[in-house]
Amino acid sequence: MASIGKIARRTFLIGAAAVAGGVAVGYYYYRKPFANPLEADLGKGEATFNPYVKIGADNTITIVAPRAEMGQGVSTTLAAMVAEELDVGLDQVKVEHGAASYAYYNAAILQEGGPFAFFDESMTAEAVRSGLGVVGKLLALQGTGGSSSMRDGFDKMRQAGAAARQMLIAAAAQKLGVSAGELETASGTVLHKASGKSVTYGEVAASANTMPPPAEVRLKDKADWKLLGKPQKRVDMLAKVTGAPIFGIDVRLPEMLYGTVKMSPRFWSKPVSADLSKAEKMPGVVKIVPIETSYGHGFGVIAENTWAAFRAAEAIEAKWADPEYPLDSAAIDAALKQALTTKGSALRNDGDVDTAFADAPREKIVEADYAVPYLAHATMEPMNATARLKDGALDIWCGNQAPTLVRQLCANAVGIEQDKVTVHTTFLGGGFGRRVEMDYALCAALMAKEAGGRPVKVTWTREEDMRHDAYRPAAIGRFQARLGDDGLPVAVDMKVSSPSMIASTLRRLFPSLSAMGPDKTIVDGAYDQPYTIPNYRVSGIAAPVSIPVGSWRSVGSSINGFFHEGFMDEIAAAGKTDPVELRKKLMAAYPSALKVVEAVAGMAKWGEALPAGKAKGMAFTLSFGSWVGEIVQVADTPAGIRIEKVWIAADVGTALDPDIIKAQLISGAIYGLSAAMGQEITFADGMVEQSNFHDFDAMRIFQTPVFEVAVLENFHKMGGVGEVGTPPAAPALANAIFALTGKRIRRLPLSKEVTFA
Amino acid sequence: MRLTVDGQSFDIDADPEMPLLWALRDLVGKTGPKFGCGIAACGACTVHVDGQPVRSCSLPVGEVSGPITTIEGISAGGKLHPVQQAWLEEQVAQCGYCQAGQIMSAVALLEEVADPSDDDIDNAMGGNLCRCGTYPKIRAAIKKAAALKTAGL
Repeated sequence: MASIGKIARRTFLIGAAAVAGGVAVGYYYYRKPFANPLEADLGKGEATFNPYVKIGADNTITIVAPRAEMGQGVSTTLAAMVAEELDVGLDQVKVEHGAASYAYYNAAILQEGGPFAFFDESMTAEAVRSGLGVVGKLLALQGTGGSSSMRDGFDKMRQAGAAARQMLIAAAAQKLGVSAGELETASGTVLHKASGKSVTYGEVAASANTMPPPAEVRLKDKADWKLLGKPQKRVDMLAKVTGAPIFGIDVRLPEMLYGTVKMSPRFWSKPVSADLSKAEKMPGVVKIVPIETSYGHGFGVIAENTWAAFRAAEAIEAKWADPEYPLDSAAIDAALKQALTTKGSALRNDGDVDTAFADAPREKIVEADYAVPYLAHATMEPMNATARLKDGALDIWCGNQAPTLVRQLCANAVGIEQDKVTVHTTFLGGGFGRRVEMDYALCAALMAKEAGGRPVKVTWTREEDMRHDAYRPAAIGRFQARLGDDGLPVAVDMKVSSPSMIASTLRRLFPSLSAMGPDKTIVDGAYDQPYTIPNYRVSGIAAPVSIPVGSWRSVGSSINGFFHEGFMDEIAAAGKTDPVELRKKLMAAYPSALKVVEAVAGMAKWGEALPAGKAKGMAFTLSFGSWVGEIVQVADTPAGIRIEKVWIAADVGTALDPDIIKAQLISGAIYGLSAAMGQEITFADGMVEQSNFHDFDAMRIFQTPVFEVAVLENFHKMGGVGEVGTPPAAPALANAIFALTGKRIRRLPLSKEVTFA
Repeated sequence: MRLTVDGQSFDIDADPEMPLLWALRDLVGKTGPKFGCGIAACGACTVHVDGQPVRSCSLPVGEVSGPITTIEGISAGGKLHPVQQAWLEEQVAQCGYCQAGQIMSAVALLEEVADPSDDDIDNAMGGNLCRCGTYPKIRAAIKKAAALKTAGL
């Protein structure tokens, strides 16, 4: 693990900023509260207590859950945190996403950005964590990602509910002429039991609002929770089963125009020549405009309907400049291999790896090369945004994972001040990291500039979406282990080469910042795992390939989960150790990990004989603060390999909504299995070869295994849930296929080697 | 051109080649059916024409002659369709974007097979993609909907 000395000597990269080790920040500035955005447009009789709670005189209670609802259930559980302490039922409240505001900054998103494993609680690690929390506030990034929403919201949203409740009690005490200590609350009402008198929150909201906020807020004990820790009905479910217009693509406005984009099929390339005449003459076309953003170059088509815009975009004839990156997948692979010959930076360096290998007998060495491809996010809702620029003010409607960034970048793009931009964040038809990007919002903002004050809804075709992503990067790894006489590894050396996601993200979002220091996302999921191996080194090398890459559900762990756990399975096989036993022995120092492994092995009846033609594989990844073990059972069928069953055990520390957590773990596993089975983005002539779901498919219902999930709460810190099911899925499947067929597949997708039923 | 959508008549001025999906979304104003792929590969756009499930993204509006039912037209008199009710009770949706299409495919399946087997579900629902992986709950909800429907709820 990194020591304070190493950190002081170098810098490391976090989320969206390059930060020098040892963050020094003015305490006053950090403590200074942000203004409450709800104060700006209160309705008649409405009172607000803090950025999360608004109560009307009619007792309408509104809770702001300022994180992107992309399916992970964040609006439900964040609202439950406030409702729990406010003493109201979830069915009594309206839940809104709210405005883009720095008040809604996410402090937890960066907290694990330092070069420390989640279980490293040394003073150094804790100091950097707290420093990065401060950076989170200073950047004031309102963002959803890093499986951080619950960890970020847990204290502040409960405090918001509790503080509002105390102010309402104080106002009720005044109104009823009794002491606050004699009052109780339930379901949005303050009750004086002795006299039987009661007032609703709405009746005292206006006066409560003038009470001084409590100096001290007491939160409920976990044992007293009524909502948290128990499955809640999701607040977004009714809208989603009735086809309500809740997504960005559903926005309809008076006088609205429609549009699409045709961006350069080669990233960053400008058009060398373009003939728009044919496209401009197509029926329904209003205007075709050039687009230039930090994401690249292309054209926007404004039309009377989406179909007309799609057809015209197809008719644009353009030649694009040669790419600045290797032309095809073979050349990209060569660049990754070339990078792998350099030393890189070791984010983990336990013992003395070089010495451990120096005198290793040949038969004790295990070596393997691994590779994973680029991947698209392929959210179900293609990229889209609606924008209107009228009287110097920009309104923008879209599902997005970073509203304050949308505001900032779109303001810059159209040349107005940020306070003239209003971001309306809708539900997201899938995010998975794709809607952290700003390209679709920027395109709409620039097209709105050309639409004479009318709103334009800009929808990308699936083809445009598939071919203009910020992809999960390709990566390769070269791994070596030296086994001891007991079959366990005495030394492991892992080297991973991959384009830097952080450097790529900075280029798009903050072109003026340059990346410095090692990018820990290259080795996330490999360097920070709870294994004890005497000599253990994990190094990452940023390969210079500038195809845009970004956060894809579980980020670096989506790559290194496969690398690390595939290789551990090889070590187990070479040392003739059972894969579960190997983990138990190497994880003995980490009780949470051990319990997860034992739980998942128990659920799956690991070790019991299976009928011929069936086999199991296991994998474990600690990511985003959650400890997750998965076991996959496969069967050989005439139609190919069938994934029959998946068992998942996850220690999330504190489980705020067990049903939503289970749904997320299954979702994450299916996302990972889909990619492992058949997905890859490849390049030819500088362009993405895949275009739609026929050549970039995902798991279908008839391929879906039966899931069994256990949610554990052993670790003392809370973990995330949105991404953590993904990393162990691919290696557990590949390891199961090895157990079934004896074939060790080290390159994804697996469909290159086997057929799936 | 006249379309009957969810029991209502709409006069629209559309290129007959325009896919039904875009006629519904942009011209009629029914945003329940979703755009996902444009090539009938994901099922998000599923609506019923004459009671039959179709991928509206790939059906030219000029070829549509029967009445069209969308997700917005299956609940009657303020009461959810049994399939919607089952979806609600099973808490199926995550991002929710594909669910209008999933529900329309499931409604059509239950019209044809009152008590579908796992194979029936696989066959009827295989064309509907869900990137959130809600399939286990979709399967459970279809079985629950079948029971609700049989019980006349």
